[in-house]
Amino acid sequence: MIKTDILIIGAGPTGLFTVFEAGLLKLKCHLIDALPKAGGQCSEIYPKKPIYDIPAYPEILAGDLTHKLLEQCKQFEPGFTLGERAETIDKQKDGTFIVTTSKGTKHHAPVVTIAGGLGSFEPRKPLIDNLVEYEDKGVEYIIKEPEFYRNKKVVIAGGGDSALDWSIFLSDVASEVTLIHRRNEFRGHLDSVEKVQELKNAGKINLITPAEVIGVEGNGKIEAITVKQDAKTFTKQCDHFIPLFGLSPKLGPIADWGLEIEKNAIKVNNALDYQTNIPGIYAIGDVNTYPGKLKLILCGFHEATLMCQSAYQIINPGKKYVLKYTTVIGVDGFDGTRKEAPKAVVKKIE
Amino acid sequence: MEQDINIKITDRDGVTHEVLAPTDMAMNLMEVVRSYELAPEGTIGICGGMAMCASCQCYVLSDTELPEMQDDEEAMLSEAFYVKDNSRLGCQIQMTPEMEGLEVELAPES
Repeated sequence: MIKTDILIIGAGPTGLFTVFEAGLLKLKCHLIDALPKAGGQCSEIYPKKPIYDIPAYPEILAGDLTHKLLEQCKQFEPGFTLGERAETIDKQKDGTFIVTTSKGTKHHAPVVTIAGGLGSFEPRKPLIDNLVEYEDKGVEYIIKEPEFYRNKKVVIAGGGDSALDWSIFLSDVASEVTLIHRRNEFRGHLDSVEKVQELKNAGKINLITPAEVIGVEGNGKIEAITVKQDAKTFTKQCDHFIPLFGLSPKLGPIADWGLEIEKNAIKVNNALDYQTNIPGIYAIGDVNTYPGKLKLILCGFHEATLMCQSAYQIINPGKKYVLKYTTVIGVDGFDGTRKEAPKAVVKKIE
Repeated sequence: MEQDINIKITDRDGVTHEVLAPTDMAMNLMEVVRSYELAPEGTIGICGGMAMCASCQCYVLSDTELPEMQDDEEAMLSEAFYVKDNSRLGCQIQMTPEMEGLEVELAPES
């Protein structure tokens, strides 16, 4: 069982900044995220896009913002459970919570903060009738372990970066890689597109465009796909079919935690501390709603800061504290590091 | 207000709404839908309007002249589901006075 002070669900910008604010109050954090890496939407949807409304950054790439937030909170040694979705929450007799993930990992904390953005990212599944029957029987939407595909015949469908990147990567692992897309044009980084072109010319990737996978067949396990290209339809043998059409966020199991939900978001007490209707569970960032709510990263940072002060009171009932400034007191990391402002020079002038 | 235009939006439940859309606030069609709450929050405009998610896909029903489709919109639609010949991404259609009378239908959520 993983134990922590504040269990954060969602490792996007708001969740990461919570680690820093909690650390200043000597509270330790652990984050759960369904994605295999930290950063939330900033990493998953638009890492190379600039953001212009982060205070003091006239311009910063979303991916860089994630890196800086990770760097800022590093000294507070956050724990991570990545690639697992928070599924259930159980309130204990003493008021603490146990949160269990999709893989059964259990986390125990006196305070839970949901910083889940628009929800956990679920794969967008193409509209193929019996596709679901072959899930985990040769149909995968997310590549977790590339070695799984060694010496296998793999078909990837999609026209974005992940389809391109995985085709490139698996061309060295699988016995055969086929990339199928509805158009001849791909939406990805230029170097990825050029690399796929190169591998196609070298005979290491079969490219079938413009075409679409319209069916899957097999016997307990996928054996072939049906491809429609122009007016003709044909069958292609394969061991794996990996449709990569991006991810779409869904509030998911959190919606069944007994929290008050409004407009696909969790209602919180914004006059005070962003606590939900269940004491000890907070919701901050894009996942919450209250009158006047704005889904902005900077608002998530503000909410995280106030939430941590309230969580301190739950974790340390009655214990006095006043807000301190980092410039005045410095930052003492849990890893033994210390950052502090240089002392003023006191020197006599003769 | 003279900058406002009348447009018709059919939501995902098939209900048609006649709404006034400002043309002087740099709003796009996806944002007009959100401002009138014609689709639940979190089901439209997920990427914020960067032509990167297709959650604002709509079908254009009127013959209103619209801005030409750019590469990124075309590429995103080629990866989206439920795409028809008249599909567009709402986030790529900026509201202008010339769009008076525009009629669209929201594509299913996917």
